[in-house]
Amino acid sequence: MADSLANRVAVRDRTVVAPATPVRARRSRARLVPLLYTAPALLFYAAFVIAPWLHSLWISFWDWNGIGVATWAGLDNYREILADPALRLSLVHAFGLILFYSVIPICFGLVLAALVANVPWKGMPFVRTVIFLPQILPLVAVGSVWKLFFDDDGPFNALLRAVGLSDFTRAWLGDFTWAYPAVGVVGTWVSTGLCFLLLYSGIGKIDPALYEAARLDGARAIHEFWHVTVPGLRRELSVAATVTVIAALASFDVVYVMTGGGPGESTMVPGVAIYRLTFTAGQVGTACALAVVLSLLTCAVMFALNRLTREKP
Amino acid sequence: MIRSLTRLSLLAATASVLVPFYAILAASLQPQDNLSPGLAWPSDPQWHNYVDAWSTGGFADLMRSSLIIALGVVPLALVLATLAGYGLAMMRLAVRGPIFALLMLGLALPYESIVIPLYYDLKSIGLLNTYWAVILPLIGAFMPFGVFWMRSHFESLPPELTEAAEMDGASSRQILREVLLPTARPALTTLGLLYFMWAWNQFLLALILIQDPAMRTAPSGLGKFIQAYGRNIPLLSAGTIIVIVPVVILYLFFQRHFVKGILSGAIK
Repeated sequence: MADSLANRVAVRDRTVVAPATPVRARRSRARLVPLLYTAPALLFYAAFVIAPWLHSLWISFWDWNGIGVATWAGLDNYREILADPALRLSLVHAFGLILFYSVIPICFGLVLAALVANVPWKGMPFVRTVIFLPQILPLVAVGSVWKLFFDDDGPFNALLRAVGLSDFTRAWLGDFTWAYPAVGVVGTWVSTGLCFLLLYSGIGKIDPALYEAARLDGARAIHEFWHVTVPGLRRELSVAATVTVIAALASFDVVYVMTGGGPGESTMVPGVAIYRLTFTAGQVGTACALAVVLSLLTCAVMFALNRLTREKP
Repeated sequence: MIRSLTRLSLLAATASVLVPFYAILAASLQPQDNLSPGLAWPSDPQWHNYVDAWSTGGFADLMRSSLIIALGVVPLALVLATLAGYGLAMMRLAVRGPIFALLMLGLALPYESIVIPLYYDLKSIGLLNTYWAVILPLIGAFMPFGVFWMRSHFESLPPELTEAAEMDGASSRQILREVLLPTARPALTTLGLLYFMWAWNQFLLALILIQDPAMRTAPSGLGKFIQAYGRNIPLLSAGTIIVIVPVVILYLFFQRHFVKGILSGAIK
């Protein structure tokens, strides 16, 4: 942003105060025109995303309850995140959700896509419509559906009773052991369709000659899967991983609605912790420190995934 | 063998998406004193639950607010993204790289990390509790996706298209309006639909930046509704379906745009 403003000022000065040769002036002006087109969008982005983020960073160095006078805290808020088991746990939970949001859906999606690619089917458009549905629903409504599904007297327990597993019925979301996987399953439900369709469309782009070559070499289906399909999907796999990992680390809606982080802290994630620290506990500085840590971790993971998949083209 | 295995697994995947919806639909039609709905279809469907949920949840106001917010975001966000996408596509300056990287970061940044300062900043300029409190930040947050989306559309066009106009001495504004925009309609439709859906569905920003419950988006209203009527499962189910239906209708009408937008938007 500063860059573009500085450039605009510079060019104005040059044309008014010290006009270069007309041709050169016009050319350099033309080179800067694209910046003018980009400026309004960047301005909005800087004002409502970058500036608040920097403000968050600033607040994170203060001890502030949101109303009174703030006192300088240095890195105390960051130390608290490491020291407080509940806050530390929220970060661990966020990373644990990667298993449910990314790993399981990508495995499911990959196997399903590889199977389907070999056997075209008329029913596919219908399947695609349904399977993509979770991507467009408000996550709050998704959370609400699953909260009811896992309710004490809800359909899931009814299902278990119907197949003779009454011993396993429980209040899933009130259970210290089972609430977390129950919340995680929702992530799997949301992400699987996306991963499947991403990978399925990727398989269509793999050069059929590669498969033919593998078959001429007498490769079996499994061999073909590992040596043609998976390497051919490198790009799609990395995209699926990036998108779903970001969703996992930023999960808020589903957890807020289903458990609010409970019972105890057993499903606490950073998003809910930030909300609570700010509006219930009055520890705005700590909330902002957690927000900074979360965003840095998210960017680091994204960067790592990017590197990992780019190394071998 | 493989063929039936494939179809079976596809059907299983489809069913696992649909079963929770069936369960909640069945639950929404149970009598409200039924605390244990199970999976059975009700013998006497209580359609009245929807009327009750609609009025107790204040969904008329919520839908209106969601619509206002979505319609406030979409036009301006589309214009800004188009201009910037065009600008970025023709930019040859050294700042292009940094601008790119900065926008990239925005794709990964969780809303949680900006919403708390936004709360205090918007409060201090008196915008808290207005629709603007959600509209403006959403436009900002939607820029990275939209700019990349429009840029890749403009870059996918053959260069001859603009070269001819440049030879004729057309200005960049004329090129954008008369040569490029006519080709951008499908890309803009897709982007507009995605923006609309994301704004309509927005939860966290509306929850924190708007305190008046009636002014929040439908999903935020649902969040509060769930906390208030936690034990009335039929009413909650009906409320959830009320919130889901508009988005699903939109999706069924413009399915191609949604699927293509999200799948290829992710890859770009």
